[in-house]
Amino acid sequence: MSYISLSQKDKKEMLKVIGVSSPHELFDSIPDDIKLGRRLKISGPKTEPEIMEYFTQKAHKNKNREYISFQGAGAYHHFIPAAVDYLSSRGEFVSPYTPYQAEVSQGTLQLIFEFQTMICQLTGMEISNASLYDGASGAAEAVLMANRINRRSKVLIPKTLHPHYRQVIKTYTKNLGMVIQEIEYDDSGQISTSDLKKHLDKETSAVVCQSPNFFGVIEDLDTISSQAHENKALSIAVVAEASSLGLLKPPGELGADIVTGEAQSFGIPLSFGGPYLGFMACQKEFLRQFPGRISGETQDVDGKRGFVLTLSTREQHIRRERATSNICTNQALCALRATIFLELMGKQGLKQWAWQNIQKAHYAYSLVKKVPGVKAQFSGKIYNEFVVQTKKEWAEIEEDLMKKNITPGISLEKYYPELKRCGLVCVTEVSQKEDIDRFAELLKDSLRT
Amino acid sequence: MNMNQEHLIFEISDKGKRGFTFPKMDVPENKNLTDDIPIREDIKDFPQVSEVEVVRHFTRLSQTNYCIDKGIYPLGSCTMKYNPKINEKVAQIQSFLSSHPYLNPRTCQGNLEILHASEEMLTEITGMNAFTFQPAAGAQGELVGMMLIRACLEERGDPRKFVLIPDSAHGTNPSSAHICGYKVKEIKSNESGTVDLDDLRKNMNKDVAAIMITNPNTLGIFESQIREASEMVHSQGGLVYMDGANMNALMGVCRPGDMGVDVIHLNLHKTFSTPHGGGGPGAGPVGVQKVLESFLPVPRVVYKDGYFDMDVNYPKSIGRVHGFYGHFLVVVKALAYILSLGPDGIKEASEVAVLNSNYIRKSLEKEYHLQYKAPTLHECVFSDKVQKKHNVSNIDIAKRLIDLHVHPPTISFPLIVHGALMTEPTETESKADLDLFVKAMKQIDKEARENPEILKSAPHDSYVRRLDETKAAREPRLRWKP
Repeated sequence: MSYISLSQKDKKEMLKVIGVSSPHELFDSIPDDIKLGRRLKISGPKTEPEIMEYFTQKAHKNKNREYISFQGAGAYHHFIPAAVDYLSSRGEFVSPYTPYQAEVSQGTLQLIFEFQTMICQLTGMEISNASLYDGASGAAEAVLMANRINRRSKVLIPKTLHPHYRQVIKTYTKNLGMVIQEIEYDDSGQISTSDLKKHLDKETSAVVCQSPNFFGVIEDLDTISSQAHENKALSIAVVAEASSLGLLKPPGELGADIVTGEAQSFGIPLSFGGPYLGFMACQKEFLRQFPGRISGETQDVDGKRGFVLTLSTREQHIRRERATSNICTNQALCALRATIFLELMGKQGLKQWAWQNIQKAHYAYSLVKKVPGVKAQFSGKIYNEFVVQTKKEWAEIEEDLMKKNITPGISLEKYYPELKRCGLVCVTEVSQKEDIDRFAELLKDSLRT
Repeated sequence: MNMNQEHLIFEISDKGKRGFTFPKMDVPENKNLTDDIPIREDIKDFPQVSEVEVVRHFTRLSQTNYCIDKGIYPLGSCTMKYNPKINEKVAQIQSFLSSHPYLNPRTCQGNLEILHASEEMLTEITGMNAFTFQPAAGAQGELVGMMLIRACLEERGDPRKFVLIPDSAHGTNPSSAHICGYKVKEIKSNESGTVDLDDLRKNMNKDVAAIMITNPNTLGIFESQIREASEMVHSQGGLVYMDGANMNALMGVCRPGDMGVDVIHLNLHKTFSTPHGGGGPGAGPVGVQKVLESFLPVPRVVYKDGYFDMDVNYPKSIGRVHGFYGHFLVVVKALAYILSLGPDGIKEASEVAVLNSNYIRKSLEKEYHLQYKAPTLHECVFSDKVQKKHNVSNIDIAKRLIDLHVHPPTISFPLIVHGALMTEPTETESKADLDLFVKAMKQIDKEARENPEILKSAPHDSYVRRLDETKAAREPRLRWKP
């Protein structure tokens, strides 16, 4: 299949206008000895039915659809309303570029403005950007932003922060002379405030706090923020499970200076890890150090309301190496999905959604805890994930349950060697009661042997 | 067009309306569950609207956007080619969409095979040795590329201090180098618009970690002395980074790996036809030669004994830059594109991209000034120098094009051309659409001489007219408030 729209006649006429006899002459500026001089060794061409067949075959090699999943850990199974897929597949949203020419991009610019507004309402912050790549890089951008604001070099990241987010923060800051200090957790599964106190000092730029954290436990962000502020450090809140914003007190009311996170839960399919949707919001005073695209309201020459990308003097195409970030685009189409999702859910829907998540997770938690050979690892309050320790290796439990078409949560040992035989289980609104019951039963069977 | 003002969703919100209903909860409800958890008040001013209202809102909003599905979109360096619909369809296959990133490799062999096959395709097209798909976009690809270089030089004992970047480069280049802890030195372009080798020689020394070079460069000109430049950098122990944003000019013709390039990023949303989505998600995979391979981000997809696996065991790896494996669904679309075209189709795409661009260049070179006369490949950069005599700027030209139903080229970039109009039609445009653009540009030139006012007040016919960007920046209104 080819997507060329020229006929042979067109080509001939165009070559004549240009004044060459073959398209190859147009490549004369490339020295002959670096030209390839052979055909590329790649397969194809394939017709549309053949492409469909190729990918259908690959999809058949995936077995994921045969399993009921209790996996979460930064990527969540949620229901997606039909209108999200329908509207977000419109060519007018899918096929434009970044809205540089505002007059012909009002659709994209206005939806981003609505996205920014709802992110502010949900997080309790004053300013939001147009989105970032994902939660992990959002956390890294927040750390860099804090460093630009107070020029301090030490960042405290708790072990309760998603291990991948911690890795990305380390990768991003490695070459900038910053010190990344990890903070321990306590028996509740929350940040250890005594360990935090030990490391908080005048060099500390920011304290990062994910809530609900990687263990599913709700952190005491209020206290963490106050401790940070006592040392004039910034409080960075991370939200990896955005559905929790429908129920829990927003980070903006708990002292956060910057809120960032992952909004995959807002209508973005799991998609084997991407594309997802990073978001970031902050208090007004930090606007000049805020990274990423921002849509702002203005007027046209007739006084009609319109929107433009604004405050671009922060950005790389103007400030080059002095920019607030090297980020160039956002995740506009994912932000569109989230915007449609949130507007459909509305105020009541969002609350009900989060309520169902917390209710179902607690139902599962109470069943699983009762299984002989299982104990709750942490005492803290959870949202829709929880950690249990079993008397059997988690990998063996996974083997047993997968035979019965259930994927239990992920094993924690590879990230936390001290959390032996611990699994992180996630239950959302899409988990059915009968599947939760079966999960607990199978766990019982597995631990009996 | 001049449609009525589309309301903001908040403005039609009213108590009790809803666009979604949840099934009744099937587990017993525990009303006291949240007694000792900090719970939020009502989400103040959050929208309450019906599904119909949401659907009409977004349908009307969509109609105010210009897009590639509607017509020619000749943004230079953006490669706005048509996005094939079969790519979208295969990316919607349920098993891909519902794949959790923590799946046991046993249950996602198909996904891993797709990543593996895509890596093979891209290494062959670029002549590189291995690819990572973790970078979420071109700019993140650049960052990863520079991190790889730094890691490699650190292992040799000295990360060095400077990165050389030509003055025609995209702004993300210096910004990415900076985040990697490097200072940037700008290298001049010579009269023919390519890297000035003398200036490079003068600046290249053992404190220089790398050169970041775009080829063809942002003027659309092939850096014909790239091998000499690479040798100069290599001879002093430096490495060569190529910004592959303009790879659409070169596919099947020549390969960065054969020009001395050590590391490159590609933009799947440019060269490999995946949609731009109004500003993402794209994908910026990074390819490397052997010398940098052991530093690539983890995990990597490996194939052994008929089984695909995720391997994290690369002790020298720079680590992770993405929560999971990058934009998997975008990779699916790019692979569908490559397989659709095959080896000859891929090459033809580059050939026709260059043909279309040269046709536009030739058709407009009487009316519009070309600062650099050297042959160009997939794009060319005009300027407003001629029209400036009538006080008409490149911005006026761009805004008038909107009235004439074509999308403007990239304006005011590259910075080395004053009043730039950077034009890249891509291979998917028909002659009729190219002619439409040419005709519009000629009309504008005529208007600049005869009726410049019509240009300065353009656009006249769009949903909104020229917007006040200064007001937006001076009095920031970045969210709706009641």
